[in-house]
Amino acid sequence: MNATIEVRNLRTHFFTRAGVLKAVDDVSFSVARGQVLGLVGESGSGKSVTGFSIIGLVDPPGRVVGGSILYQGRDLAKLSEREMRSLRGDRIAMIFQDPMMTLNPVLRVDTQMIEAIQAHAKVSRAEARTRSRDALGMVGIPSPEERLESYPHQFSGGMRQRVAIAIALLHNPDLLIADEPTTALDVTIQAQILAEVQKLAADYGTALIWITHDLSVIAGLADRIAVMYAGRIVEFGEAASVLDSPVHPYTNGLIGSVPSRNKRGERLRQIPGMTPSLLTLPPGCAFRTRCARADATCEQEPPEGTVSPDHVARCFHPMIAVPA
Amino acid sequence: MTAPIIELRGVSKRFGPAYDAAARITRGLTRRFGGAPKNETVRAVDTVDLTVARGEVVGLVGESGCGKSTLGRMVAGIMPPSDGQVLFEGRDIATLSAHEAKTAKLKVQMIFQDPYASLNPRLRVAEIVGEAPRIHGMIPHGEFDTYLDAQLRRAGLDPAYKRRYPHQFSGGQRQRIGIARALAVQPEFLVCDEAVAALDVSIQAQILNLFMDLRRELDLTYLFISHDLGVVEHLSDRVLIMYLGRIVESAPTEAVFTHANHPYTRALLSEVPRIEARKRRFTAITGEIPSPLNPPTGCHFHPRCPFAMARCSVESPALREIAAGHRSACHLND
Repeated sequence: MNATIEVRNLRTHFFTRAGVLKAVDDVSFSVARGQVLGLVGESGSGKSVTGFSIIGLVDPPGRVVGGSILYQGRDLAKLSEREMRSLRGDRIAMIFQDPMMTLNPVLRVDTQMIEAIQAHAKVSRAEARTRSRDALGMVGIPSPEERLESYPHQFSGGMRQRVAIAIALLHNPDLLIADEPTTALDVTIQAQILAEVQKLAADYGTALIWITHDLSVIAGLADRIAVMYAGRIVEFGEAASVLDSPVHPYTNGLIGSVPSRNKRGERLRQIPGMTPSLLTLPPGCAFRTRCARADATCEQEPPEGTVSPDHVARCFHPMIAVPA
Repeated sequence: MTAPIIELRGVSKRFGPAYDAAARITRGLTRRFGGAPKNETVRAVDTVDLTVARGEVVGLVGESGCGKSTLGRMVAGIMPPSDGQVLFEGRDIATLSAHEAKTAKLKVQMIFQDPYASLNPRLRVAEIVGEAPRIHGMIPHGEFDTYLDAQLRRAGLDPAYKRRYPHQFSGGQRQRIGIARALAVQPEFLVCDEAVAALDVSIQAQILNLFMDLRRELDLTYLFISHDLGVVEHLSDRVLIMYLGRIVESAPTEAVFTHANHPYTRALLSEVPRIEARKRRFTAITGEIPSPLNPPTGCHFHPRCPFAMARCSVESPALREIAAGHRSACHLND
């Protein structure tokens, strides 16, 4: 399999006054051309920091302290800021939850898009403008020619997110990292955006990392799923396999707490307790304080166990041993 | 038969700018010289009828800007309607004496979406939860602490934390504080406006369970406002679907999810991502919600509706009964 991006033993730590926060702690995965990886976790699980680490946007006091991020044989973690800049927005792009993180509120959309094109391609202003217009049309913005002249505040939330997506896709990136881009949007708008992104990934072979806390979105979109908890991937595998037969008690708890997985009107299965602070993680398995199956063994670091050829989990007491 | 706990009759809410003297003169002049001043009034809620029976859980679903929060606020009595009547136990709130109105208002409490914005950051938990019942004289003299501790415990909070400030709690715990505050005045009716939308999945399940336990324990009635159909399906006895200020469909939960009638409801249901779904192609209703400043004529949904006929753009469909307890506002039913 030809991986577009391969992350190996990535560690991103934040050096705060209160101590070292291991936001991403030994994370490994790869995404192939045209594939969608769903990176699932709750707030503070390190899923966004993983995305930021790949695209080189981790700000101090955070720092990538170990591991490698391999893209076309190069380790992104070791590139200079200059080299990284030439890749970012060109070969590797990102969409954020809040499109205003991408858009400048005081510049017209055309100015921003032309700038983004000319930063990576030697083309005339007129040609850049044509390409911008086509990009807006492609993500489903009506009358793109006129809309080029608008300012971001003149768009609705859904349209603004489309503009951000159009900018991310200007150079047909090899890798697109999407950090909860539809969380703030209505279901009908969310479905429109998912449809666009899915089509683009299929047409251009873009590898996609879709970061979300919403298992339902990922169920329909992802080829493979990585579940993160307290900075680690606790379960990783084929989407259907992870969702239908989760092995890690945390994944199982997450899926069980989705309302549609429960009988109407009955108590939802819930995970007790709350996500621990990264500063006071218990040694061994970070989930053991909330886990019904935990015992003394769990004070050790759980190794990665293989469930089936494309499904691994870190747990001493996996839910079921699924024969492949 | 007892009167429904809450009844709305033809309730509307309009929001418009407050015109100062200069604006009034300009608008007057525009009219005088034959122009039409710009319409700047939003009909957030447009002639809505609604009854909620005691003990019922009613889910209210709609996309942003459809007026569901405004409707919830009018039910909770924190926003007066522009037109129409709000009845509590069969009596119009507007006609009650000051004392009766206060009692009625205490019986309906609200829980808000944002557990960060809805708690005063400068008050301790004890004050946030205990202030209202103390002021309304609900606590016997000398029993403040006992009362408070019981309220906190009921919402799943440790009374040992009552001297803390909101910022010392996580999102889920803050939502519990909001719930304890609402329940401290012994309400009978809770309006929950996107009460779990800001929470992580595992915490969301805990709070939903708390709502269901409290319903059984205290015999509560809920109006549960959410954009999350999964949550509404799980919790509600009856579901209302709102689009651009109007209720377009109202039916028992089973009926909505098995045979929805209104094209908007059907489109909405097909968009909902489901965990049971595997790698699938997403499709979408085209277009966006039109601006409520300038809603489409006739049926508000007709520009996006795949079944729209000539009549739909002219005549606004009435909400009519199509089966027992199932009402829908669509010309296709004629």
